[in-house]
Amino acid sequence: MNSVPNSRPIASSADRVSSGRYSGWRLFLEGLTGQRGWSRAWAKAVPRSGYRVVIVGGGGHGLATAFYLAAEYGITDVAVLEKGPIGLGNVGRNTTIIRSNYFLPDNVRFYEFSLKLWEGLERKLNFNAMVSQRGTLNLFHTEAQRDLFTRRANMMRLLGVDAEPLSREAVKALVPLVDLDNGRYPVLGGFLQRRGGTVRHDAVAWGYARAASEAGVDIVEHCEVTGIRRDGHRVTGVETTRGLIAADTVCLAVAGHSSQLAEMAGLRLPIESHVLQAFVSEAIKPVLDVVVTYGAGHFYVSQSDKGGLVFGGAIDGYNTYGQRGTLPVAQEVAAEAVTLMPGIARLKVLRQWGGVMDMTMDGSPIISRTAVDGLILNGGWCYGGFKAIPAGGMTTAHLIARNAPHPVAAHLGLDRFAAGRTVDERGIGPFPYAH
Amino acid sequence: MLRIRCPWCGERDETEFRYRGDASRSRPAGDAGLAAFTAYAYERENRRGWHLEWWLHVGGCRQLLKVVRHTLTHEIRSVGGAEEQPSLPQESLPQEVGR
Repeated sequence: MNSVPNSRPIASSADRVSSGRYSGWRLFLEGLTGQRGWSRAWAKAVPRSGYRVVIVGGGGHGLATAFYLAAEYGITDVAVLEKGPIGLGNVGRNTTIIRSNYFLPDNVRFYEFSLKLWEGLERKLNFNAMVSQRGTLNLFHTEAQRDLFTRRANMMRLLGVDAEPLSREAVKALVPLVDLDNGRYPVLGGFLQRRGGTVRHDAVAWGYARAASEAGVDIVEHCEVTGIRRDGHRVTGVETTRGLIAADTVCLAVAGHSSQLAEMAGLRLPIESHVLQAFVSEAIKPVLDVVVTYGAGHFYVSQSDKGGLVFGGAIDGYNTYGQRGTLPVAQEVAAEAVTLMPGIARLKVLRQWGGVMDMTMDGSPIISRTAVDGLILNGGWCYGGFKAIPAGGMTTAHLIARNAPHPVAAHLGLDRFAAGRTVDERGIGPFPYAH
Repeated sequence: MLRIRCPWCGERDETEFRYRGDASRSRPAGDAGLAAFTAYAYERENRRGWHLEWWLHVGGCRQLLKVVRHTLTHEIRSVGGAEEQPSLPQESLPQEVGR
């Protein structure tokens, strides 16, 4: 772009150190020399007065968008503005699950695109994100639910995605912890997506930040956006706690707080903010090597490599921006946990936390242009944003670079609501607290 | 745990109620057009601060209540019947709460 002066302060460019290529060989050599050769993974940039693209929000989607803009679309005049430090928002607050087991064809394609990107992510970023395709297992407890899950699995297989039915016995063999004949909701079987699994969430933030920084993106931490500048219908930049920053394109990637940022540009969104809780138990020896979801409620659990059981349930169910949860949901999640896996009843919960999320009116995300020219929205991730980080980043970068939706994300535009083309996986309607 | 003081039943746990969302919307006139109805059906207030919202006392009197609640502190300022028109407090946000 030409209208914005290119006045990068010396501090910023001098600060741009390469962290070098990571490898087993380098780890070995560093081990011999006292680990003194490592440099910081990404540069702490000082913001310039203007960029071609400013991304608000240094979480998974913001960082991934910046990385793919630079790496896939050749746009490196990009800044990512993060209110706090990298990695403390929702990208570090989720339960780390990846999968593409959806029913609606548009959703299956989008999340499968993401899963494929996860499969090649570590090589692409040269960063160990601990992508572990240990499988995700959805249990069913009634005949009707078997039909529903079979229908979903058939849709996935029609689209070339793996889905495998498991008998009761196969479920028991895979997850000995499960009580098949629990009094209220006996397990009748399950569907397994072997390519699903978990990823170390912090490493996703760090890996994308490092790779984006290396590709020339400015990662600006402790820089809160306080206003969005417009010239008529066109965005011209953002006001921040570190001064005015001009931009041709401003991309909001602040899921949880999209409504607040959009309001700065005079927009109202089809979003409510809700809190989702997550829990980690004390560490135990390996007992669970697959992600399991309980079908008679809302409960999902996996075991981290540190040994803690990581689990969660439903959203608390009313508008909130408090990053904490309330007890009724914690109690319900615990009840579901011990119903499904009585053997874990004596485990202590080590940590509990909450993350604020954008709940949309159809339960699907938004990757879209807005009524303000040059203002792009990546948000509305409901409780499924983590698994979508690579696809969200790639398709948002495509939308910014090409000014046209990426084919696998074309159904996620804001215009779908007025047009009656909502993407409502569960068929619930505009009641976010019920999605 | 929220404690909601139902005007008919008294103070009860949140588990007796079902949340029904933004109560600041009103149905547009029949000839208001597509944009107005799209906004009515899909757009929400979603305030970070004082919020006007519906709660259905499903485990009690089954009345629909209009509640003024703060979305950071969860403090409930007022609970009234569906026909009431409470005004939202205009105080500034406690910035550090809930972070």
